[in-house]
Amino acid sequence: MTMTVHVDIVSAEKAIFSGQAEMIFAPAVMGEVGIAPRHAPLVTSLKPGEVRLKLPDGKEEFFYVSGGILEIQPHLVTILSDSAERAADLDEAKVLKAKEEVEKALHDREAEIDYAAAQAQLAETVAQLRAIQRLRKRTGRS
Amino acid sequence: MAAAKEVRTKIASVKNTQKITKAMEMVAASKMRKAQERMQASRPYAEKINNVIRHVGQAHPEYRHDYLVERDEIKRIGLIIVSTDRGLCGGLNSNLFREVLRRMKEWNDKDIKIDLVAIGAKAVGFFNRIGGNIIGQATHLGDEPSVDDLIGTVKIMLDSFTEGKIDQLFLVSNNFINSMTQVPLIEQLLPVKPSEEEELKHHWDYIYEPEAKEILDLLMQRYIESLVFKGVVENIACEQSARMVAMKSASDNAGKLIDELQLIYNKARQAAITQELSEIVGGAAAV
Repeated sequence: MTMTVHVDIVSAEKAIFSGQAEMIFAPAVMGEVGIAPRHAPLVTSLKPGEVRLKLPDGKEEFFYVSGGILEIQPHLVTILSDSAERAADLDEAKVLKAKEEVEKALHDREAEIDYAAAQAQLAETVAQLRAIQRLRKRTGRS
Repeated sequence: MAAAKEVRTKIASVKNTQKITKAMEMVAASKMRKAQERMQASRPYAEKINNVIRHVGQAHPEYRHDYLVERDEIKRIGLIIVSTDRGLCGGLNSNLFREVLRRMKEWNDKDIKIDLVAIGAKAVGFFNRIGGNIIGQATHLGDEPSVDDLIGTVKIMLDSFTEGKIDQLFLVSNNFINSMTQVPLIEQLLPVKPSEEEELKHHWDYIYEPEAKEILDLLMQRYIESLVFKGVVENIACEQSARMVAMKSASDNAGKLIDELQLIYNKARQAAITQELSEIVGGAAAV
């Protein structure tokens, strides 16, 4: 039997996931991290992106986080997400629309907008899209 | 028959009121269940973040975050007051405000100034009327508030704490005991009261990425936000159950009133019939 580590993914509104996993991939601010069981204790903040779990039964689970904090102890991984959603819950049309709007705002030089905010939003939507597309590929939906 | 007719219209109007209160009672009951579920759902986050903060505190006993340090002199404090947006929920808000006023008087006596952040339309209205110093407000959060709605108002208070404008921060909200009992609660948020120190079994520290301080800042801010969010979610559960109870007693009272009125109506009707009969008999005897 392979080694597993307990993972809790929670957002302020609700608990998203709780269970065992073989490996966790998360978008830390310093770059994507992969965490295996018995990882050294670590605390880091997350940027928008997808969290990927490798489950003991060989399946993979995707979650989308818009930022948060990752805490690692040798046998316990906690993700305190600002807003975590299962990738399957994301609505691609909605995400695409948001992306278009942000891009338009970035290109529109007349508009008085906060470029930093717009860029952050774009990064977030792109990450959401990637999570959806990855999910599509796995499940074989068109 | 004039008296009987009056009573009849009165019964009809009380019945209409009873229909409304009954409907409100049922709506509140179903909303209460959902609100309670949301309250349960928000619990894991608060627990987890509390755990992380405790771990960090144990791993780093020498480093004290700004939010953990008690200030020697307290000149000005901040209050975050959580209330409902709507009325008709019994004494929920007035009990809360009475408690706040009592504490505010104590602080006033000690010459401590108070800054307020009001969440919910009722608190905004009330503290504007009595002339409180409101520096931030959030209203109409609906039945499913999200943390985003609160970040701004909480940040106002956190910033003024960091800048030294306020020396303590309290959260005022209703504590949900069960659907019949809600208790107003004034809870200290800042400085964070240290939880009971557990014995250090072995010393270990985290790897921090990026800096320990940055992470701790983030953690502390999230922690306070989650506490305020918990207060808001709990207050909604309180609001719905208080409304359910208030509307139930209103419906019951309306029922009693209808029974009494029905008796009066029956008596008036009977009296009218008796009078008519005696008039007829009297008339026949005269002929």
